[in-house]
Amino acid sequence: MARRITTTRRITVTAGGWLAGFIIFFPILWMVLTSFKTELDAFSTPPQFLFFHWTTENYAIVQNRSDYIHHAMNSIILAVGSTALGLLIGIPAAWAMAFAPTKRTRSTLLWMLSTKMMPPVGVLVPIYLIFRDTGLLDTHGGLIFVEFMANLPIIVWMLYTYFKEIPKDILEAARMDGATVGKELIYVLAPMAIPGIASTVLLNIILAWNEAFWTLNLTTVNAAPLTVFIASYSSPEGLFWAKLSAASTLAIAPIMVLGWFSQKQLVRGLTFGAVK
Amino acid sequence: MATQQTTTLGRFLSAPSIILLFLWMIVPLAMTIWFSLLRYNLLDPGQETFVGFLNYRYFLTDPAFFTALANTLILVGSVLVITVVGGVLLALLMDQPILGRGIVRLMVIAPFFVMPTVSALVWKNLLMHPVSGLFAWIATLIGVQPIDWFTNVPLFSIVLIVAWQWLPFATLILLTALQSMDEEQKEAAEMDGTPALSFFIYMTLPHLARAITVVILIETIFLLSVFAEIFVTTGGGPGLQTTNIAFLVYAQALLQYDVGGASAGGIVAVILANIVAIFLVRLIGKNLDA
Repeated sequence: MARRITTTRRITVTAGGWLAGFIIFFPILWMVLTSFKTELDAFSTPPQFLFFHWTTENYAIVQNRSDYIHHAMNSIILAVGSTALGLLIGIPAAWAMAFAPTKRTRSTLLWMLSTKMMPPVGVLVPIYLIFRDTGLLDTHGGLIFVEFMANLPIIVWMLYTYFKEIPKDILEAARMDGATVGKELIYVLAPMAIPGIASTVLLNIILAWNEAFWTLNLTTVNAAPLTVFIASYSSPEGLFWAKLSAASTLAIAPIMVLGWFSQKQLVRGLTFGAVK
Repeated sequence: MATQQTTTLGRFLSAPSIILLFLWMIVPLAMTIWFSLLRYNLLDPGQETFVGFLNYRYFLTDPAFFTALANTLILVGSVLVITVVGGVLLALLMDQPILGRGIVRLMVIAPFFVMPTVSALVWKNLLMHPVSGLFAWIATLIGVQPIDWFTNVPLFSIVLIVAWQWLPFATLILLTALQSMDEEQKEAAEMDGTPALSFFIYMTLPHLARAITVVILIETIFLLSVFAEIFVTTGGGPGLQTTNIAFLVYAQALLQYDVGGASAGGIVAVILANIVAIFLVRLIGKNLDA
């Protein structure tokens, strides 16, 4: 009897779950399907769902337009650059706060978080003017710096919550056994810290890759990443749906795969460990 | 453990982060405050004059400000309602024994990783286009006149796009919280024949309260600054119908070159965000020592 109820329930919730998942995922699926259509099929009514002339020409066209590669490279440079800088400055800070906390550590951490609360429009004007006057507009360096500063609080916080979970007893045990500071770092701490650092890297690459406010306002061509490249399709003369879809698919695919892999860490990173 | 030596080392190690963040926060903010007190137009360089709070008076009495404020509140409020209610329902559903739950989960969280410019353009063109969009086709299928989304219900269209992007976030956080619920409690309630609805109201909701607060606060911080979706789809229009505070400040600064007015607007945005931030920092601060 009980078994029968669970089977029925299982079928119902499975159907419901798949339906909900499909509806939410649909815009992405539709975009990917459209990217394989000819422009004519992309516009046709009624819409072609599966039985259209499949083609990869849109990808070839987007790929051949050298500016796609250029913008994709910019996205990679900005994401990797700002994350690397964030790790370089953030790891020592998070390390110190987790392993040598003082009375002020708590308030310092909260203060860092509060810098993240400042809406970008509040500081857009001065940043824009400083960048204009120092020639940083539309440069990689300038944008890497902005994204690095915007994400630094998150980097420090995430690393801090991970480092704090490394048991200090192990350190002391290693010291008792006569490990030097160098050996302690390489053989004891690093292996335990690397998973935390890895998820911090993933989350920051995702955030930097999708960041749109600063990239739209501070870049035009040279340092413009994919967010800006895609936005250029919004002009009326750029209405090529199939090509837009192909470019969009290429722009989100790598980051979506990364995101799927790091979904668990994402919860923690985005809520600073407040939800377990 | 925290010897004098480690404390000094700790200061030395955390100094770069603290100094950089401090500069990043204070320099532009001080400049924004200063500019907000000037008559300062980018087309008119060298003509800056101190005008006190005049910019604030203009900005705060400008009808555009009230429209933008109302739009901001409507946008934030509607997206919050949709994502929290939808997120709770979805999380409850995903907590069930669904076959292939892993794949469903991936589908549900996918929109969160789509960059704002992509989701805005895909929704605007492929789905909401009044003639060739999928929604127009569905409308004709069920015998309804297709609507021109961005002309007839522009703000609602933006709400829909932004809610789609943030629903996964709410679902993910709430699902994580839901999964930390005590299994034995659930079983005991089932044994006692507790109706599902009472269990939800008296057990599940209180358990989710903290996660819901976190979702609301974090989303509010991001939603107050929604920009790219508006920039790409409507450019704030038609008229001012989709202009929020973030977009208004952007338009004032980089389209009308009015630095003084834009700076005053920026400070207003900072104050609004900080009201929310105070609550968030308190909430997370409580969690720090746990």
